Amino acid sequence: MAALALAVLVALITIVSVAIFWGHYWWFPVDISTHGAAMDHQFNLTLIICGVVFIASQLGLAWFVWKYRDRGDGRKAAYYHGNNALEATWTTAAAIVFIGLNLLGYRIWAQTRFTGPSPGALRIEVWAEQFQWYFRYPGPDGEFGPSHPEKMNDAIGNYLGLDREHDQASKDDIVTATLGIPANREVELILRSKDVDHSFYCRELRVHQDVVPGMEIPVHFTTTDEALKHGEGGTPGRYEIVCTQLCGLGHYKMRAFLQVMPEQEFEKWLQQQAAMQ
Amino acid sequence: MADAHAEAVHVHKEPTRFIWKYVFSLDHKVIGKQYYFLALFSVFVGMCLSILMRWHLVWPDAHIPGLHWLSAAGAPNDQMTPEYYLSLMTMHATLMVFFVLTTAPQSGFGNYFLPIQIGAEDMAFPRLNMLSFWTTFAGLMVLISTFFVADGPPLSGWTAYPPLSGLGSVSGPGEGLGQDLWIISIAIFCVGSLLGALNFIATLLELRTRGMKLMRLPLTCWAWFLTAILALLSFAVLFSAGVLLLLDRVGGTSFFVPAGEVISDKLIRGHAGGSPLLWQHLFWFFGHPEVYIAILPGMGITSHILSCFSRKPVFGYRAMAYSMMAIGFLSFCVWGHHMFVSGMSPYTGFAFSVMTMAIGVPSAIKTFNWLGTLWRGRLQLTTAMLFSLGFVSLFVSGGLSGLFLAQPPVDVNLHAGYFVVGHFHMVMGVAAIFAMFAGTFFWFPKMFGRMMNETLGKIHFWITFVGVYCIFMPMHFLGIAGNIRRYSRFTEVIFLNTPHMIGLHEFMSIAAFVTGAAQLIFLFNLFWSMFKGPKAPQNPWHATSLEWTVPSPPPFDNFGGRHPVVHHGPYEYSVPGAAEDYVMQDSPEAMAAH
Repeated sequence: MAALALAVLVALITIVSVAIFWGHYWWFPVDISTHGAAMDHQFNLTLIICGVVFIASQLGLAWFVWKYRDRGDGRKAAYYHGNNALEATWTTAAAIVFIGLNLLGYRIWAQTRFTGPSPGALRIEVWAEQFQWYFRYPGPDGEFGPSHPEKMNDAIGNYLGLDREHDQASKDDIVTATLGIPANREVELILRSKDVDHSFYCRELRVHQDVVPGMEIPVHFTTTDEALKHGEGGTPGRYEIVCTQLCGLGHYKMRAFLQVMPEQEFEKWLQQQAAMQ
Repeated sequence: MADAHAEAVHVHKEPTRFIWKYVFSLDHKVIGKQYYFLALFSVFVGMCLSILMRWHLVWPDAHIPGLHWLSAAGAPNDQMTPEYYLSLMTMHATLMVFFVLTTAPQSGFGNYFLPIQIGAEDMAFPRLNMLSFWTTFAGLMVLISTFFVADGPPLSGWTAYPPLSGLGSVSGPGEGLGQDLWIISIAIFCVGSLLGALNFIATLLELRTRGMKLMRLPLTCWAWFLTAILALLSFAVLFSAGVLLLLDRVGGTSFFVPAGEVISDKLIRGHAGGSPLLWQHLFWFFGHPEVYIAILPGMGITSHILSCFSRKPVFGYRAMAYSMMAIGFLSFCVWGHHMFVSGMSPYTGFAFSVMTMAIGVPSAIKTFNWLGTLWRGRLQLTTAMLFSLGFVSLFVSGGLSGLFLAQPPVDVNLHAGYFVVGHFHMVMGVAAIFAMFAGTFFWFPKMFGRMMNETLGKIHFWITFVGVYCIFMPMHFLGIAGNIRRYSRFTEVIFLNTPHMIGLHEFMSIAAFVTGAAQLIFLFNLFWSMFKGPKAPQNPWHATSLEWTVPSPPPFDNFGGRHPVVHHGPYEYSVPGAAEDYVMQDSPEAMAAH
């Protein structure tokens, strides 16, 4: 009785879990980047392989529990210490499948991480602090002015410690609370933190990178036309950026917005932001 | 391999006074029980914390009756502040990982049964053993004290990443004295663990009785031995890292803190040149072997119990032993998989990911061999067996989710989310715990001389098995949808604050409340049976290893003065031609030598 119950229960858990994964009831959001499709494909491949192993192992367990239960009929168990050929076979098979799967995904990692952006990419600094994101554009001179920690003062709005009076390169820097970017153009983000570890994540962008004080960490990506067809709350191009590295009590509300715009709209937006500096 | 056998060991006389018999005992059996009850206390506190966490996540503004007594600052009006949620989360994880999963499986059952299973009178160093328990106990007391200091427990997680944990209270609430005490508590725990590890290794290598060759050891002994090696090598690094972190906080050093930090408009002076990534490397160099320390004893116990209640030898004994060795070795080669997006070189990340996929291979081998042990067996579904079968199912589920996280491009979208939380809870928070339950039901008769109640045991099993799948499987779905972890509430992020997401959290919380309540059945069963359970025979399960050749409970020196001689392996069940369906390990009954 217990054997049947356990077998049925394990089978049920297997079927329900697989059904929920298969049905995509909780799933990744739309992919708005050029590199996301390959990532999603690697995930799906992993899901299929793990799914097959999951189903085989769990149903195998359920089947054995049912079939080999003690029926009180005096049947003896088989005196079996193992099978070396079988060991060699499943060890080799597991090694090939696991490591092979990993190597298949090598290219995506290499493309997104081993190489930098092309020379014409739009460079934007991302600044993280407890519990706010700020973004800095270099302005027409294409240079980010120096940031002075001793001049940082959130209370008066000088979040990045810029000295616009004395530093030439800082005069035209644009600091915003929203990450505006043009669609279909390569963007390089340079991630910096003022205080503790944070982590920049935008689900739809498929970009995730820790932000570490003392380091300037680059990531690059390009959005596609999909970015303009979707958006949070019906606003095209609007996506949430969240912090994913525990940074203190306000970690749960450290949220900003990515706003993807057509190129011309982006230029206009940037000019409006510049006027507000 | 030459036989090692126990010469005259230590001699310590059986004490008579209460304090030497039950408090500062040198007897490994008493020390094993002390560790077990320390872990039991810790798991119940840790579980209560998780219930509070699950309540708060779903009803973040709720008034939780009585919470202000735990902390007036953390829960004014009985409403949990965001920082207090994070403090409770930190304490939940610290208690569970250190004081439950690193004590009960290894120092609890290991201390009690390693000497007996190898035919020894006690551990190699009984005084060191007693010292290691009381050191661990002191560590627990220091940890608990953080609940009662002004700024409360630390909130930086059990991972305590600097600079958040490295700067003091300027980082915010929860980073005052509580963080210093946390570091001290863990450092004390490290010392206790190192002392214990030395003891286990020395005991296993030197005190095996005649005929107990390494390849005749029960797989539990292999697991305890390898776990002790892992502990010896990894806890030393954690101790050092803890010292460095404490120095950054109070000693003006900058191991982990760079120059020019500005927190809440305050410029932090006096630090320069430190690297937050250095902490992560040091911590995870310990942290990854640590999780294998948590699971290896459970794997040994599962093999041991599945064999007994299938009435069959373990399928592939050598493969099982070698897999555990491979897991142990590889566990030191994979730590960077916690750091794929940390800012570490992506080339290094790729190297770590290959090693991580490699460590999946011996884990898979073990799973196939567990199934092989059941194949053509004669399965007896005692409570211990049910929990061991549950372990196999849960280990499959939890282990497979690791294959996603091991690949950097896939981890990009799962890192720091609920997929990770589901993964490690499945393997550590459930599978390892199921092995503890299995071990309890299996060895209780030997430890306490009485039987636990099988009916209560089975009720507890069914509710818990269904319950844990209901709590932790949905976390994988939430993780795919992007649910971030360590958030005290989900109300401020639009994609999290939907009925679709919150609804699944409600389901998980209710499952957690029911499953948590069901653990009271186990607690009742445990304590009631200690005093009122039917008397246990010497070998109620007809098992073969040496602990079943001594009375229940064993005498002070385990074997009553005799030195057992071992003639064959530990899992001789259903031997053709044998008088019974099991042959004790010290029985000279002839069979194929191995």
